[in-house]
Amino acid sequence: MIPLVIDDFSVVCDAVNNFLLYTCGLPKWLTVTIECIGVGVGLLLAYALLALFYILYERKICAYIQCRVGPVRVGPWGLFQSFADMFKILIKELIHLDNIDRFLFALAPYLVIIASVICFAVLPWGNGLQIIDFNIGIFFLIACSSIGVLGILLAGWSSANKFTLIGAMRSGAQMVSYELSVGLSILTMVCLAGTMSVGGIVAEQENLWFIFKGHVPAVIAFVIYMIAATAETNRGPFDLPEAESELTAGYHTEYSGIHFGFFYLAEYLNLFIVSGVASLMFFGGWMPLHFPGWDTFNHIMDYCPSVIWFLLKCFVLSYVIIWFKWTFPRLRIDNLLALEWKYLLPINLANLVLMVLIIVFGWHIV
Amino acid sequence: MTSLAIFGIENNPLLALVAMLTGVALVALALWIAGLISPKSYNPQKGQPYECGIPTRGESMSQFKVGYYLFAILFLMFDVETVFLFPWAVKMKALGYEGLISIAVFFCVLVLGLIYAWRKGALEWK
Repeated sequence: MIPLVIDDFSVVCDAVNNFLLYTCGLPKWLTVTIECIGVGVGLLLAYALLALFYILYERKICAYIQCRVGPVRVGPWGLFQSFADMFKILIKELIHLDNIDRFLFALAPYLVIIASVICFAVLPWGNGLQIIDFNIGIFFLIACSSIGVLGILLAGWSSANKFTLIGAMRSGAQMVSYELSVGLSILTMVCLAGTMSVGGIVAEQENLWFIFKGHVPAVIAFVIYMIAATAETNRGPFDLPEAESELTAGYHTEYSGIHFGFFYLAEYLNLFIVSGVASLMFFGGWMPLHFPGWDTFNHIMDYCPSVIWFLLKCFVLSYVIIWFKWTFPRLRIDNLLALEWKYLLPINLANLVLMVLIIVFGWHIV
Repeated sequence: MTSLAIFGIENNPLLALVAMLTGVALVALALWIAGLISPKSYNPQKGQPYECGIPTRGESMSQFKVGYYLFAILFLMFDVETVFLFPWAVKMKALGYEGLISIAVFFCVLVLGLIYAWRKGALEWK
């Protein structure tokens, strides 16, 4: 069957590559350099625009949940509010502090941003539109996302402020604990996929998304993943590191102007990244909704471009995480750690055994 | 259905480096712009740590609760477990029952470790 819409970004990439190599006759190293710069600029734009969009997205949702309208003044439906805020934060003074550890203080935002940009580049954006595709892709993503914790710990420690220190330590304990649950629920799905490459995981879901294919254990893993991901991003009911009423602003209290903006940016991008990983592991990444045997249905679903499928899944999953934040009250630190170590971790381990049984006996669908 | 890295650049570490440099560029660029257009003024009051308006007492980079370390150690144990399980998860079907039994023994040892930590009260926040 001939697809009516050509939905494969690698066609565009090959065209650019051939144009540079053969039409312009550039040497190989120059072509690769130009392409790398192109990838970098594209990544930077996507990162910044998505972060600005997400800030507005959360503000609008939280406003509607609280029966307000949210930002409406700047542009239609307040669309340019985030741009205005970005310019405002750029013209704010970067306060020069005494007694801080200057090197670590300056290093912390770099670590936080680098961790989220690398994770951002691993996500499967669309058919052929994926920047980094290792054979250990998802493992690389987990590894890189843990660098962010280091940035937060450094920020809290180097600020020479007791509130930031407490915030950073809480954040470290929380993110490190919940990383286990994220890792184990991803591991459960890797058992089903049989590959760690991001492209491979998406390809495995061509017939059916994993949440349907793995039925019971996949659903349990998904619920655990969503709870753990909310805690990983320091959001929602798990925002202890930034508990305003106890710790001023947590680990970034001493950061001013755009320096603070970086933490803010990374927080929203991490929200996107955890939703992206959830859509990759459970909802097929960019893969349209397919059911085995429903050929006409599958063909209709293919009309929607893969990039739109991926973004829609991310927005819906992010909506759920934002919904958590504005619905549940904040946890206490002992409850938080008990939830992870006494409930989620044992359930996750049992779920892994269940998934292995299902795969060994072939009880999964398809 | 070819969804490999963009432009057919085979060298994936190179693209990871590009992503890393993009992050560095983002921070450096924004800081440079902010340095150009933001006001600068110095005042000894501004240089103080902000602890809700109360003057700071004592050393701020001080000792903190040991409980955090305990959780960090527990995390290390289980994270290394996950790292060992990942390669097995990929090759699960190829390794068959032999691999399943060996990983089950490994898994049981770690569950015993969790039960031990639980019984010892390491999971309580005191």
